[in-house]
Parts: sequence; C-alpha cells; structure tokens
Amino acid sequence: METSRHWRLRQQRYALVGEVCPSCELKIFPPRDICPDCGNEARTIFQFSGRGEVYSHTTVYQAPAGHTENSPYPLAIVRLEEGPLVTAQLTDLADKPVEIGMPVEMVTRKLRSDGERGILVYGYKFRPRLARAEQS
Amino acid sequence: MPENHLMKPNRPVGFAGYGAYIPQFRLPASEVARIWTGGQGGLPIKEKAVAGLDEDVITMSIEAARNALARSGVPASEIRAVWVGSESHPYAVKPTSTVVAEAIGATPHTQAADWEFACKAGTEAIQAAIGFVGSGMAEYALAIGMDTAQGRPGDALEYTAGAGGAAFLLGPAETALCTIEGSYSFATDTPDFWRRANETYPEHGERFTGEPAYFKHITTAAQSLMESTGTTPDDFRYVVFHQPNTKFPLRVGKDLGFREDQIETGLLVPEIGNTYAGSALVGLTAILDVAEAGDRILMVSYGSGAGSDAFSLQATGLLSARRSAAPDTLSYVRRRTEIDYATYARLRGKLVTK
Repeated sequence: METSRHWRLRQQRYALVGEVCPSCELKIFPPRDICPDCGNEARTIFQFSGRGEVYSHTTVYQAPAGHTENSPYPLAIVRLEEGPLVTAQLTDLADKPVEIGMPVEMVTRKLRSDGERGILVYGYKFRPRLARAEQS
Repeated sequence: MPENHLMKPNRPVGFAGYGAYIPQFRLPASEVARIWTGGQGGLPIKEKAVAGLDEDVITMSIEAARNALARSGVPASEIRAVWVGSESHPYAVKPTSTVVAEAIGATPHTQAADWEFACKAGTEAIQAAIGFVGSGMAEYALAIGMDTAQGRPGDALEYTAGAGGAAFLLGPAETALCTIEGSYSFATDTPDFWRRANETYPEHGERFTGEPAYFKHITTAAQSLMESTGTTPDDFRYVVFHQPNTKFPLRVGKDLGFREDQIETGLLVPEIGNTYAGSALVGLTAILDVAEAGDRILMVSYGSGAGSDAFSLQATGLLSARRSAAPDTLSYVRRRTEIDYATYARLRGKLVTK
C-alpha cells in the first residue's frame, strides 16, 4: 500500500476517529462525509469510545502479503457501542476462546510493516477488556 | 555546607496524570537457563514481560499515554510537548513521538521529540517537561519512558531485558495528583553498557556495571537530593530505583538507609524484568496507585553511560480520587501469559525465516 494512503487514514486508524451525522445523529465509521442513513452531509468529527463486542469472528491461517509473520491470527467484526460494525484483528487473547458477544476494547497496535525498509503501519485492533486488579 | 545543585522550576510543577503499560507475555528466567545453562546457576528475577508481535515502543507508549490522560482529565489538545525516552525506538530515523502524539490527539500544536540515554531517557524527558511547564512555556507536557529491551541470546541480559514503561503528564502543581519538590542529576562518562549504531544487541562491561556505574551514580544522586532538600530516608514513605535485577535496587536502598517496606511497593522487576527507560517509572506508577495524600516518594533512575536523575515527590489529595480513571499497574502485572523460549524467539524476531 502506498505511503500516502497510510498517512491519509492515520486518524481513523490510530484512534477510531469517525463522524456523526448532524441531521440524524448516526455515528459513522469509517468516515465517509455523507450519512449512509439519511443521505445528508456528515462531516462532524466524532471520537468513538473504543468499546464494543464481538459480532462475528474467524481465524486467518492463509494471511495476505504483509501479514504472514503474524499468522494464524483472529479476525472479527466488532459492533461498537455507538453502533457501527468494524472489521479488525483481535489481539492479546492468549488462550482465551473468542465468543460472540465478548466485550472488547480498542488498542492501537502495529498492523504490518511495509517490508524491511518501508514504513511501519499502526492501527486499531480489539482485545478482551482489561480486568482490573483488586488492590491488596 | 556543600553547594546546592537542586533543580527547581520557578513555578511549582507536578504530575497531572500518570499511566503504565506492561505487555501480557512472561518469559520465566528458568526458561532462559534451561536453554543456555542446562538449568544451572542463580536467576536474577522470576520472569520478564515480553512484547507481542504487534507491540513496540510506539504502541505501548500510546496506551500508557491514554491512561495518563484519562487520570488527568486534561484534553490532549492542551499538551504542548510529547516526549518519548527509549532505547528501542522502532525507527532509527522517524520520531516515535509524532505517532504517539497523533494517536492521542495531541497534534498538531505540539512539540514532539524522542529522547535517548540508555535506561534514564524517560526521567530526562520528565525533567525537561518540568522545565517546560515550570517556566510557563507550556501548561502541560507529556513525558514517557518505554522500552522493549534487547538482550543477546545466551547473554546475562537475556534473563532480565523486559518490556514496559509509563507516561507522565506534567502540569501546574495546584491541580496535580503528585507534586515535584525538586530533582538532582548526576552524570559522568562511564562505559558500562553500550550499543553501537546498526548493532542489534548491546555490550556490557561485566562487573564494571556494578560499583562504578549503578551504585556510584544512584547513591550520589539520592544523597545529594536528600542533602539539598534537608531530608533523610525516614521522610519518605516510598522509594523507587532503577531495577536491572532484584538484587541491585534492594542493596542500593539498604546502603542508603531505606527499609525494605519502603522499596517493595515499587519493586516490579522480579515479575516484569528490567524495562530499561521504563524501569523506575513503571515502579513509580505502582506506588502512585496506593500512595496517600502527603506521602513523600523518592525516585532515582539510572542510565548506563552513565547518569542518575533523582526526584523528590509528594502525593496530593487529588490522587486517590483520580487514579481509578485508568487501569492500575497491578492489573497489567497480573495479566500474565507464560511463554516458552521458542515462542519468545518468535515474538522477538530471533528466528531467521528468509
């Protein structure tokens, strides 16, 4: 992928920055400037919370170029709590099985490197929500 | 009366927020011994934290910074500097700090820079941030110490070279969770540890790393700071040192006159390893997770090459209410997935695949 495209997408990729429709208040991700629901212009920036749950999932064994070093890896469709469905890798699962409805949260991780000499590409993944330790 | 070299800004400064990050994988030291010494010999720690395939100093700094911002309640747009100290910056040339600043929403009206000084790059960034805020140039500045430390396979450092660190948002003392009374720095040209350009693994001066390096610099820095502030070890509820292994910080603490109960809260090295630029800092976050208003804390970092930065800190009444806004450091310590040496070799890129 060309460097310019990584650069253009950096805010939505690093931090789940989308849009909200000023007419019908639909939360939009990825940003597309036109509300997919009411068709009005929607350019207002909206910061998603990063929380959601697993809507569906699979495991990728035959990874596309740039991702082979990470395979096998879990891939999911996540329903964000604000509404949109997002396709993303899951991470930090350890031996935990993935379940539909599992609460997850967004983390910014390294997605791939553009070869040995190219740029490093960062973006959102989702992990099981971090359990808080009780102070002893 | 010795000359007073305490560094203090004109305007009082403190931590508006703090946040830790430690990756989930743990490599037991016994695994390194199993591969390289037939299981013989003593172990410097229990286990170390290892970054996953999709983690590096950039991603780890982002999470720690988000935790620090959550505790502060300060909008990212008010940050005027994002500084990341590390010896594992993912790029040789291209800043870690701009990616971190972009991800947390601090761009574009901000300073951004990467710092280097072996294991004390993080505390140097904090001191610079004290100057930035303390001079009135900025209201808020973010300083991070984070590493995914390198250790040559089979080398003594492979047992301990861990991953993790912490972020601190510096701001005015009036609204801080913890104030900074002052700091003192001690640096000399001491060749105890280095990594030449384009080399993958560092070299170290064997026994030279102890007395003239770690102990000399930490002891002098701590004593000078206490002299300058008119304090003794009894004035501090907690103390945290750079932690290359379990033995060194315990010994230097004892030499300086601290009790074990002052040291143990911030002593994370047995369970996460030496996180280099993050080492003393992530220990400090564990202390801030439990400190009460008025508790004084002494922090002394150490970086090879060599130098120490010592800080006198004091928790404020705002700390207890704000710390629950982000995961505490123990949550990260206890989020533990044990791996064997083979998985470690894969995660750390030690396997030749082409």
